[in-house]
Amino acid sequence: MAVNLEDKSKMVVTEGSYAVAHAAKVCRPNVISAYPITPQTHIVENLSKFMADGEIPNCEYINVESEFSAISALVGASAAGARTYSATTSQGLELMHEVLFNAAGMRLPIVMTIANRAVSAPINIWNDQQDSISQRDTGWLQLYAEDLQESADMLPQLYKIAEDKEVLLPGMACMDGFILSHVYEPLVLLEQDLTDEFLPAYEPEYVLDPKNPMSFGAFAAPDTYEEFRYLQEQAMQNALPKIEAVAKEFGEIFGRFHGGLIDEYRTEDAEVIIMAMGSILGTIKDVVDEYRARGEKIGVLKVRAFRPFPKEQIRKAIKDAAVVAVLDKNISIGTNEGALFTETKACMYNARCDIPIIGYTIGHGGRDIRLETIAKIIEEAKEVASSGINTESQFVEVREELL
Amino acid sequence: MKITTGGVCKAGTTLVNKTGGWRSFRPVFNYEKCKKCGLCEIVCPDMSVLPKEDGFFKYNYDYCKGCGICANECPADAIEMVLEEK
Amino acid sequence: MSKPTPKTYLSPGHRGCAGCCDALAAKFMLMGAGPDCIVVNPTGCLEVMTTPFPESAWEVPWIHSLFENGPAVASGIEAALKALGRKGNTKVIGVGGDGSTMDIGIRSLSGAFERGHDLTYVCIDNEAYMNTGVQRSSGTPFDASTTTSPAGKVSFGNPRPKKNMPAIMAAHGAPYVATTSIGYPRDMIRKVKKATETEGPTYIHAHAPCPTGWGFDGSKTIEMAKLAVQTCLWPMYEMEKGEITQVKKVKNPMPVEEYLKAQKRFKHLFTMEGGDEEIKKIQALADWNIEYFGLQ
Repeated sequence: MAVNLEDKSKMVVTEGSYAVAHAAKVCRPNVISAYPITPQTHIVENLSKFMADGEIPNCEYINVESEFSAISALVGASAAGARTYSATTSQGLELMHEVLFNAAGMRLPIVMTIANRAVSAPINIWNDQQDSISQRDTGWLQLYAEDLQESADMLPQLYKIAEDKEVLLPGMACMDGFILSHVYEPLVLLEQDLTDEFLPAYEPEYVLDPKNPMSFGAFAAPDTYEEFRYLQEQAMQNALPKIEAVAKEFGEIFGRFHGGLIDEYRTEDAEVIIMAMGSILGTIKDVVDEYRARGEKIGVLKVRAFRPFPKEQIRKAIKDAAVVAVLDKNISIGTNEGALFTETKACMYNARCDIPIIGYTIGHGGRDIRLETIAKIIEEAKEVASSGINTESQFVEVREELL
Repeated sequence: MKITTGGVCKAGTTLVNKTGGWRSFRPVFNYEKCKKCGLCEIVCPDMSVLPKEDGFFKYNYDYCKGCGICANECPADAIEMVLEEK
Repeated sequence: MSKPTPKTYLSPGHRGCAGCCDALAAKFMLMGAGPDCIVVNPTGCLEVMTTPFPESAWEVPWIHSLFENGPAVASGIEAALKALGRKGNTKVIGVGGDGSTMDIGIRSLSGAFERGHDLTYVCIDNEAYMNTGVQRSSGTPFDASTTTSPAGKVSFGNPRPKKNMPAIMAAHGAPYVATTSIGYPRDMIRKVKKATETEGPTYIHAHAPCPTGWGFDGSKTIEMAKLAVQTCLWPMYEMEKGEITQVKKVKNPMPVEEYLKAQKRFKHLFTMEGGDEEIKKIQALADWNIEYFGLQ
């Protein structure tokens, strides 16, 4: 249970976007840049209302003229020593593509909420995770939230991980667009006093300051570039234990725990394990509870951190299952596979584990995911456990009548 | 050299790179003609013309690339570009 | 004995060509800005030649991000200084070439100026994408030969006049816009100082003849810059709140041929059939400047 029922008196019913904007405010940002794009708009609108009411001290809000400038402004601000925040999705994130590599390479701990949305073409404003998944090579940390509370609680955790001296990487807090951003749930708004205790001020080693002039962004010739990339990878590896530690510490201070790198739900003796990221987990857990009530041994593995990819944790969690079904709200066109499926298969291969792993790409462009669909996937997985893989990876419920 | 986080560099560190080796011609002052106008110091793209105590100027041959702008601009014709002998 | 030379904040040892216009432009810009500044520099000759890791020629804080986002990065720095209460008298200065300022970065520049950030942007206009090998930009003048607008059997080179950046930036409501030239160091230093001391977004457009790209000897960089002004092809003026307030007059404008014949990039106009008609068109551009800006 992510939220302690004893907190009921502290809970309010708010829109997901409001909770996230409130959390961003409470993390004491110094520069926020904002460019509107559905379904992130309510986040940046709420932040600008907080600004207009003077609720965010020591902060400047920049109405930039494109997402490219939104992230670029944060590159400058972060280098000048500011804690920075923005939010985007889909086309906006794709437009930022070049700058994402730049920010990660310059090791600036910028934090952005991604209200996951499908990518054009065709243009589609509804939820899937193609946008952030398509940026998985950029060197940004990526965490995926299951519900509204986690979407908000993720922000102080991500700042703490990103700003850690052994990490210093930018991070994406991913939440499913509309499903989490525009929905109202009871939750505890991030507490200012606890956050001030949990998240120290941002104190970078180098800043742009005439009192101590330094140059940021030099070019690296072939004799040094590889070492820069090596150190970036090391930073990502350093983030693995930090993500766990920070989640645990958050749980101790705030009384809410959403998982570390992963979270296991009824996997102890599971024969079939379903793996997924984001809000779909809520639906999957409901179906799994029904199966468990009938005595069937089904479990759920929530992958919370996609970057860095938690190989050891996944290996340990699924190695004793009879079959694993991975659900991806994204696809790498040309492989017919979603990224979580491909990377999970890859991490199991050299672990000498030959349990069958099957993949489903699901929820493309916001298509509704029904309980019956999840049940059907579990039935197919059970079949695979006994008779082997028939179809390795597939689109879920393609509407044949449209083709 | 060590890799710094994010590739940050200290100020003014190109000084280790002595571009004087680029020269084919070196500028030489004729102090008899020089009027101490200071134009040479301003127009040097490599900050290699330095003022002296007596008001004249001298070259930092460690960095001078021999571009010849100083000689071309000198209103007193007090700078000669001489073939670098090596 | 003339005025003492102001101190600059660029170190020797940089990899600029012998006679480099960008080095001179940066040197004069820093003389005008002083040490209490933060410089944002998009990708280009200046950035590459001054910062090969682990070295940097910059003695002031400096940042390079990408090619097209200099003004956005500068906006973020200006906002951060305000938010952190560290603004003081620190000046935020963006400095980029014509390619990054007038073409790929114009979106970001427009946004920064529209929002009214307190910063100065200096465009070092050497009239082509020099660092990548002299390709045509919107700053390339009419009939100049570049590697992507070369003169050839059926071409006189670049078929378009220069984009009028000062007018565009003034139209954004910039309180101070000025053109200058590295051929007139004290003019550039004065104007940069004025721009950085004026509150709000200010713009300096500096003409910078590139010996390597334009095809002339490295010793003639300053001389070529002066010729551009003396032929009235490069008018020098200041605009305050959109009105032209100061113009550098040219008593006896030189014919444009004097300028064109001295550069390889215009050589074809003197050898091709119909070249003299083209030269007349260029003279007409200079004459228009004389008329419009009141240069005589």
